[in-house]
Amino acid sequence: MSDDLIERVRKSIASSKRIPLETVTIDSDFQQLGIDSMDAVEILFALENEFDINIPDDEVRSVRGVRDMCAGVEKLLAAKAAAAEAQAGQ
Amino acid sequence: MRRVAITGLGAICALGRNVAEVAESLRQGRSGIAPIESTDTSQVRFRNGAEVHGYTHKGYFEDRQADFIDRFAQFAVIAAREAVACAGVVWTPELRETAAIVTGSCVGGKCTEDDGFRDVYKLALNRVHPLTIPKTMANAGASHISMEFGITGPSFTISTACSSSAHAIGQAFWMVRNGMTDLALAGGSEAPFSYGLLKAWEAMRVVSPETCRPFSKDRRGMILGEGAGMLVLEPLDVALARGARVHAELVGFGMSADACHITQPSGEGAAKAMRAALRDGGLAPESIGYVNAHGTGTLANDATETAALHAVFGAHAAKLAVSSTKSMHGHALGAAAALECVATALALRDGVLPPTANYSVPDPECDLDVIPNQARQAQVEFAISNSFAFGGLNAVLALRRA
Repeated sequence: MSDDLIERVRKSIASSKRIPLETVTIDSDFQQLGIDSMDAVEILFALENEFDINIPDDEVRSVRGVRDMCAGVEKLLAAKAAAAEAQAGQ
Repeated sequence: MRRVAITGLGAICALGRNVAEVAESLRQGRSGIAPIESTDTSQVRFRNGAEVHGYTHKGYFEDRQADFIDRFAQFAVIAAREAVACAGVVWTPELRETAAIVTGSCVGGKCTEDDGFRDVYKLALNRVHPLTIPKTMANAGASHISMEFGITGPSFTISTACSSSAHAIGQAFWMVRNGMTDLALAGGSEAPFSYGLLKAWEAMRVVSPETCRPFSKDRRGMILGEGAGMLVLEPLDVALARGARVHAELVGFGMSADACHITQPSGEGAAKAMRAALRDGGLAPESIGYVNAHGTGTLANDATETAALHAVFGAHAAKLAVSSTKSMHGHALGAAAALECVATALALRDGVLPPTANYSVPDPECDLDVIPNQARQAQVEFAISNSFAFGGLNAVLALRRA
């Protein structure tokens, strides 16, 4: 996981929840940050905009913290890059 | 205080264009959920909805009349016409002057609004159709009903999201009970299948990508619905004196606010509203035989509602028959409670409890008798119909077999 990706995920969470960036670390879990279901939906919206990805509901059901979220975003970015490459190669 | 009779029923929704069709679908446990036809969903994460299939205004409204009435208000008028005809209301000048209309709507004329805003935002046109405001306003249903019948008494609209029409019916019930009016038309209508609103629901991540499976462990969310339900309410003695058919009695109404969270449901708030309805009707919890649940099919609602039912009914919860008809007519937002009140009145009247359709896997967190998939013959004396809205505003109606 790149530092840049982690930083952008942290910023998306902090700005959605309106909490200081330093309170959101790679090891933070959502419960500890006081993130409820509606906060989570807003964070997904922010991440979709930030990375220009679509995050399916099924992908987020098991996500409990920042590290899971970063891993999920990384996976979706890789899938997006692969799809773009496949399209370019056609 | 006067006893209040339901003498007229009207309904239009995915289950049928009138009460007889809706009753038959409920009896068969036939879901009206299908791929959405009225709006392009190719860019939406869900495909299914509970629409009034193939609806156009033809046969219901003249073209010029329909120009003035959004789909949601058309549904209100259609259901009101049926309810009034069903009740056999004999209009006198005095009755028209004193009759009340209370409707519920959550989102108003969203399709009209969407069309107008698409013109300015997307097509960069410089003007919006001049009927956008009168078609969009949430009270248009009540207004068009008043014009349809020449009713000039107290008429208004209540907007409390998914509880709207329960609050509307409850308010009308109290007005009749307290002698403020001798006849009330009450219910609600909704037509929420606008593209913008579908995208907004998508963003909430509460709509099922397949169907609606209330109380089932594999439930994946709600399914939007549309339509209208309308009731004619009269004092029981007046109804009996004129020989009207009484479909059921309304006997209690309770409300509460969660004061908790704008979207997450609270079991305490739900329980408080149920207790208030029982208290208002002077009913012991043990007297209730059927609960038409709010039962949206979301993970949060169904577990929370189950916990609230246990809290209110204690050991009797195990004996309660509970079903969510949203599994068949979808979640029609401001019309939901009205359709469910119609379904509850039919259950009491016909002795057939509607099932929870699409039920597949028991959930320990929803350990209720949810009447899975098959309607059940049962003579029930008292029933309640639950509505718990986003925003935490709850309303519960209690009904009695006539």
